[in-house]
Amino acid sequence: MDTIIMTIVIFSGISGVLAAILTISDRTIGNYGEVTLTINEDKIYTVKGGSSLLDTLRNEQIFIPSACGGKGTCGYCKVVVLEGGGPVLATEKPLLTKEELENNTRLSCQCKVKQNIKAKIPEELFNVKEYAVIVEKMEQLTPTIKKLRFNLGEEEISFKPGQYVQLKAPAYEGNDEEVYRAYSLASSVNDKHAIELLIGFTGGIATTYVHQHLKEGDMAYINGPYGEFYYHEDDGPIIFAGAGTGMAPIISILQYMADNNIMREALFFFGARTMNDLFLVDKIKGFEEKLNLRFIPTLSREESPEWKGEKGRVPNAIDKYIENGENYSAYLCGSPAMIDSIVEALVKKNVPADKIYFDKF
Amino acid sequence: MIQVHPFIIFIASIFTSNMIFSNFLGMCSFIAVSKEIPTALGLGIAVTMVLSATTVLNYLVYWYIIMPLGLEYLMYILFILVIAAFVQLLEMTMDRYLPTLYYALGIFLPLITVNCAILGVSLFMVTRQYNFFQTFGFAVGSGIGWALAITAMAGIRSKLNENSIPEGLRGVPITLIITGIMALAFIGFSGMVQIQ
Repeated sequence: MDTIIMTIVIFSGISGVLAAILTISDRTIGNYGEVTLTINEDKIYTVKGGSSLLDTLRNEQIFIPSACGGKGTCGYCKVVVLEGGGPVLATEKPLLTKEELENNTRLSCQCKVKQNIKAKIPEELFNVKEYAVIVEKMEQLTPTIKKLRFNLGEEEISFKPGQYVQLKAPAYEGNDEEVYRAYSLASSVNDKHAIELLIGFTGGIATTYVHQHLKEGDMAYINGPYGEFYYHEDDGPIIFAGAGTGMAPIISILQYMADNNIMREALFFFGARTMNDLFLVDKIKGFEEKLNLRFIPTLSREESPEWKGEKGRVPNAIDKYIENGENYSAYLCGSPAMIDSIVEALVKKNVPADKIYFDKF
Repeated sequence: MIQVHPFIIFIASIFTSNMIFSNFLGMCSFIAVSKEIPTALGLGIAVTMVLSATTVLNYLVYWYIIMPLGLEYLMYILFILVIAAFVQLLEMTMDRYLPTLYYALGIFLPLITVNCAILGVSLFMVTRQYNFFQTFGFAVGSGIGWALAITAMAGIRSKLNENSIPEGLRGVPITLIITGIMALAFIGFSGMVQIQ
């Protein structure tokens, strides 16, 4: 009996002493105290040190785009840290270019707030807000693509046509981490109280959440808008090209053009494998009637004789339809491989490189 | 209790009784983190620090708490407790003062907790009945020996990249083979000093 009591006493005693030491050191070594965060030299925040710059800014309601949830893999959360960021870490180096290293760009998810920090954040990110939204409608467009309409309630969102938002995928059965993934807005900029997204199923954390767990009437969280990919005013003709859910930002741009009677000549190359992969064709036909637009779906694997449209890959179709692209501008949205091949085809046709806007995902 | 000078134990545990090459302890991080010399050396230093400190703490715990109360069977769990707490403390300190090394070591820093070389040294100290100074020499020596082994392995593996290795042997298999060959070389030292 004595041994048992003795064992318990000794074991608890030693554990207690060690726990006390750890608690004290957490309060001293792990406590970075209050630090001052100076953003763009005019906004000053007093924050608690110790967490990453990304999380600290999120607590102050400043949302930096981040798709990987702070793991240092997506490279979206770049911020210029002028002072107090400490050395660039090995986890950041692969994602930073030489110029970015020179101008003190850091990944805000890796950079810890340990002392007073001075950072530069693009002004438009202050427009970014977090919204609690309700799934108003879910529509299966193809076997893998869903169109979701979210209601923002009282809140208002203002964005440029072509920009994207981030959807929060919470932990669910089979996934214990919370992640944010970027999806382009497919709705009209005039629709201030609701947004639409096209989400394809890839088997990833967020798409599994959307396709298998999210239901109409559910609550979800988004933040945004973000992105450098949006409609630029100009008068020359436009080339749109996209594949799969890459149609989303293009729809938003076409809607914007329709709302503002912009009659620029436009060609929309849409890459897909077969006729079954085409969707929202009626909507685009509607734009064709209203705008000076030509929709050119390009199917790479359609064998059926019913198909009278273009066959092959989008770059080949561009080659066929465009003679001289000197005064064109182009908006591309799709996979990196697809965009690279289209950019190559466009540059060959003399489309100026600074007027090729793209969004790789 | 054996009568060997602590300094001899110190030297012996670096070379003749190297934790990796004669006891094959601490293999998982030895294989996983021996790809580049700087990280290997960093982990080696961290292991040496943890080893030296925890073995001394465990010596005190063993001789002043466990032995007088006759609780030898609690030895394993208490040793692990001390090691885990110490690694936590080291992690906090490194995060604050050595962030570069902290991120370079990543997951392997908390994994030092379950590095068998650390518990192994504490247990050898008990079975070999070392006194305080012998224990200290043994712990520091074992740590340096482990660091030496992993750094040497990292050096060899960085040279290995320039050679063509059969596909099935790349990575861990060739590392194990090299460890074996290095162990053979270290066996050459054995018998020079007897520390147990």
